[in-house]
Amino acid sequence: MADRVPSVSPTMAGGPLDVVVRPRAERSRPNLVTLLARFCRKKPLGAAGGVLMLIMTLTAVFADVLQTHDPIATDAAQTLAPPSHDHWLGSDHLGRDIYSRIVHGARVSLIVGIASTLLGSVLGGIFGLLSGYVGGTTDLIVQRVLDILQGLPLLVLALVMTASLGPSIPNVILAISIPIIPRASRVIRASVLSIREMQYVEAARALGLRHARIAFRHVLPNTIGPFIVLTTAQLGSAILVEAALSFLGLGVPEPYPSWGRMLSVSAAEYAQKAPWLVLFPGIAISLAVFGSNLLGDALRDTLDPRLRGA
Amino acid sequence: MKTYIAQRLAIAILTLLGMSMVIFALLRLAPGDIVDILFSAAGYVNPSEKQAILKELGMDRPYWVQYLEWLKQIVTGDLGKSYRYDLPAWQIIRPLIPVTLELAMLSILVAVVLGVPTGVISAVKQDSMLDYMLRVFSLAGLSMPSFWLGMVIILAMVSWLGWIPSLTYVKPTENFPVHAVQFALPALAVGYRSSALIMRITRSSLLEVLREDYIRTAWAKGQAGRIVIWRHALKNAILPVVTVIGIEFAFLIGGLVVTETVFNLPGVARFLVQAILWRDYPVVQNLVMFIAIIVILSNLFVDMLYGWLDPRVRYG
Repeated sequence: MADRVPSVSPTMAGGPLDVVVRPRAERSRPNLVTLLARFCRKKPLGAAGGVLMLIMTLTAVFADVLQTHDPIATDAAQTLAPPSHDHWLGSDHLGRDIYSRIVHGARVSLIVGIASTLLGSVLGGIFGLLSGYVGGTTDLIVQRVLDILQGLPLLVLALVMTASLGPSIPNVILAISIPIIPRASRVIRASVLSIREMQYVEAARALGLRHARIAFRHVLPNTIGPFIVLTTAQLGSAILVEAALSFLGLGVPEPYPSWGRMLSVSAAEYAQKAPWLVLFPGIAISLAVFGSNLLGDALRDTLDPRLRGA
Repeated sequence: MKTYIAQRLAIAILTLLGMSMVIFALLRLAPGDIVDILFSAAGYVNPSEKQAILKELGMDRPYWVQYLEWLKQIVTGDLGKSYRYDLPAWQIIRPLIPVTLELAMLSILVAVVLGVPTGVISAVKQDSMLDYMLRVFSLAGLSMPSFWLGMVIILAMVSWLGWIPSLTYVKPTENFPVHAVQFALPALAVGYRSSALIMRITRSSLLEVLREDYIRTAWAKGQAGRIVIWRHALKNAILPVVTVIGIEFAFLIGGLVVTETVFNLPGVARFLVQAILWRDYPVVQNLVMFIAIIVILSNLFVDMLYGWLDPRVRYG
């Protein structure tokens, strides 16, 4: 992709231009370990959240190694067994091992959570970039349409979406990502609006760069801070919505072990006889969301002080 | 002021119109309709019979005709007929509304009573141990699924008190104490979650105000701490809090979908889930529309409240 550069200064074409526009790239950066150590010292709660998320990720990746039983194998002799040496967290009404199901549930929750958050944030980010950079009527129309989507509670919209798409993992991901779009677009648009007025963007425009190049190469990379903050914050609510949908029987279908679904099957009937059916999956959901909330808060304070307290 | 209200109302109506299109379109994406579901139990579907039922329900007409018909019904207050119950949709929805509104009001009350004071304490004692504990407490509320919290509350009552609140709905006129407990528990579960957001926004907004000059003046002239914080500072810090309360009230209804199911309360939200499963279009359409109207009205109400709380806000 060749840039249109004024013929008066042929030496500025290509490489040097990017250096002028992004002087930060020239500076030497502190290495990752130093940055991490500083983050842990300044934000101990955030670091704790990071550790929780790391544990969850490792659990999801190594679920097959960590399991003690087949998560979907039923065992008629072991129905509603209390926590014991064999079944660490007890077993459910079909004799399935709760611990193994929770370990595998981490996989489903994490995949659905991350995929829907990323999909929603990327789509929302594109709308936000377009809306903020182009401005004018485009901005007005995009924002009004997104207002409509935002007017409905996240869960209600996701509910109607999954109901009409049918329960399957890709559909659940899609249903949760749609309500995230307007939220993501708001955040990215706001930061694009301020970046658009910066001098280096003006300089790029004066040099005759095409709008698409300015928007994607020079404006977009600078929204990465708010973007990271946004995705960490949304991850928690995406996991919660997945749990609620699965609880209602409209989310992740059988036989996948999902934390929300584990609560729905056991909930009313067996809770009194076997409280471990209710306690452990709920604790797993809460810890996962707690971790992403802690991390999200700390990242927000570190990366984007303007959003503090929002 | 009048032009402002007119403007806001116009925007609200346009948004609702857009919402009605989204809702209508989303529901038509669905594979299968009420007829398929009714017949799937029977096993065999006679195509001509199916056609007759579709015609009777008005579902054989083009979508745009069905959509316009629905709009006309909303405007005239006639909400059509439920496919499943063979009753006017309004007759089914009406008794559900007070249950959900009562629960939503109680939940927001719990959220405010819990959220505002903890937010104030947290801000005044910034970075103390107490502040950290309150922040973790509120973040925990944000992290627990409210339906799970509800289940745990029920479970705890059973195992510690050996007593369980009635899980069949009792009207306030029948037996008020039972009714009160029945609503207090879910309100606590839902309200705790919403209180977290209110607490956080109270804290950050108050922290900002506490740094202002007039507060330093109040301290300097020897005003009592209690009065500086609750009367001078909070008055100015409350505006963003009101916004969040307004937003929360609307979004509470989302949380109620699951909570009403757990506590078996016959409200709008629980019924929505059942209607979705039955693809009872008139009922789902109208329930979601009802939720949308509540959301938009509460946003409008919050905007109006601004002028009353902060005379500096001028409606332009």
